[in-house]
Amino acid sequence: MNATHKFDKIAEFRQDFAIIANWLKFGCKALDLGCGDGELLHFLQGSMEVRGYGVEKDDANWLSCLQNGINVIQMDLEAGLSGFEAQSFDVVILSQTLQAMHNTENIVQEMLRVGREAIVTFPNFGYWRNRLQLMAGQMPVSRDIPYQWYDTPNVHLCTIKDFDQFCENHNIHVKERLVLTYGQRIQFMPNLRGSLAMYRLGRK
Amino acid sequence: MSETSSVGIVTAQTAHFSEPLKLKSGEVLPAYDLTYETYGTLNADKSNAVLICHALSGNHHVAGKYAETDKYPGWWDNLIGPGRPLDTNRFFVIGLNNLGGCHGSSGPSSTNPATGKPWGADFPVVTVEDWVESQARLADYLGIDQLAAVIGGSLGGMQALQWTMSYPDRVRHALVIASAPNLTAQNMAFNEVARQAIMTDPEFYDGHYYEHGAVPRRGLRIARMLGHITYLSDDAMGAKFGRKLRDGEIKYGFGVEFEMESYLRYQGDKFAGEFDANTYLRMTRALDYFDPALEYGGNLSAALANVKARFLVVSFTSDWRFSPARSREIMKALLDNECSVSYAEVTAAHGHDAFLMPDPHYHNILRNYLQNIRTGGTE
Repeated sequence: MNATHKFDKIAEFRQDFAIIANWLKFGCKALDLGCGDGELLHFLQGSMEVRGYGVEKDDANWLSCLQNGINVIQMDLEAGLSGFEAQSFDVVILSQTLQAMHNTENIVQEMLRVGREAIVTFPNFGYWRNRLQLMAGQMPVSRDIPYQWYDTPNVHLCTIKDFDQFCENHNIHVKERLVLTYGQRIQFMPNLRGSLAMYRLGRK
Repeated sequence: MSETSSVGIVTAQTAHFSEPLKLKSGEVLPAYDLTYETYGTLNADKSNAVLICHALSGNHHVAGKYAETDKYPGWWDNLIGPGRPLDTNRFFVIGLNNLGGCHGSSGPSSTNPATGKPWGADFPVVTVEDWVESQARLADYLGIDQLAAVIGGSLGGMQALQWTMSYPDRVRHALVIASAPNLTAQNMAFNEVARQAIMTDPEFYDGHYYEHGAVPRRGLRIARMLGHITYLSDDAMGAKFGRKLRDGEIKYGFGVEFEMESYLRYQGDKFAGEFDANTYLRMTRALDYFDPALEYGGNLSAALANVKARFLVVSFTSDWRFSPARSREIMKALLDNECSVSYAEVTAAHGHDAFLMPDPHYHNILRNYLQNIRTGGTE
């Protein structure tokens, strides 16, 4: 499989990747926190020639990044980003990792210290299917939240309304917000109808 | 996974260099020898050469055996060979004994051509920068313009880092393992105790012990015992020896009672029988003096501003002599310069010694990184 073909395939399935790419400047310097196997950075390097570094704690994921040709730094995000200079990246990305962070407030502030801009995406707990499962008396399990309650890395699930409030309270400027459900943009009643929230953040 | 094997039987070679080498101290070595070994084959465009830099007590015998009957292979044999992480089917690997060493290259125990006697204390103090200079000349001698990679652990990692600063165009990748951008005061303090042990040994004779037919074994032995304590973690020593008694009972004396004592004495005796005390002094000084940021007001990022190599930086969680925090300083300075760098913090119990152990994850990291290095053609 050649590289371009792979990116097309990723973009087809991962509309969120395509949106992130769209938010970036060509050739920008990006830090991807909790980068997993490096799929997003791989995509951004190919599509936007991003000069990227991933941060990943897990040994197996770290190794996958190396195999994918991603520059990857092994460290625990919970300890903050003290090793990084202020404003040393154009953008710091936290893609579907926010909900698994213990130190949520700190990491978002750190992202905006290290990066001129931050991109945060997370599964919207307020999505109607999640609400429905709760109404039926059970913790939601879905494509975006694919874990049983007793075996989940997620500790800080939130809704779009919650995160809007979080930004307001922490003096964070929401430059742009996009909500998706299975790749389709949701504009009407996003906190009810959207499964994935995407934020582009800056300092006020 | 395919079969892996050792490089087999190897032979050391020695190259003579007659062009004087000006050292960082200002002294000049008029001529010198470098002893080295190579494994694998240099390819047609000479793009597959990898230099291994040794640490404090290492030498050119990195892999393989001199004879089938040798008890031990080279000191990093588990890394190098056909199918091993540093695959000799692809790479041409060079190991050398650094200047000031005691395994064939010019050093305090070799003959000073000016006097016909061993150099002893008169052999100059050499630095990491001097070593890199001499290694570059060895590369010239072997017809290699650019190294695919320089690899080193500990003091060897400092040499790999120095390569990228001294010769940014002559090294494509640097693997800096369990190393540091300089030594902390505590780390230098261990070196000072080791040197004092050697220099206060009555058999030291101010470094001219060869002419007295003497060897400062006691000092060297204590220096090595101290070193071994710092190369292991508390947990690793606990797991290996704990409070185990050698003969199962306390004897209320000062002989070898605990297993740990037996280990340290064995290691000390073994080392004192095969290593040169003057070399030990110089190796520890090279460690102490390495500090590339010094000329830049302590700014390591400025010191690394001209590097072009791609980096893999690796540290080990239980290594307290070259702690992960020190490797992160290197990583950060490289990030500041937007260098290509990956950093792994390997969970390992063995302390500083972990960099020589065949831990599967650690070796996987090295294997995968080295596999991505292109040879033959441009990068």
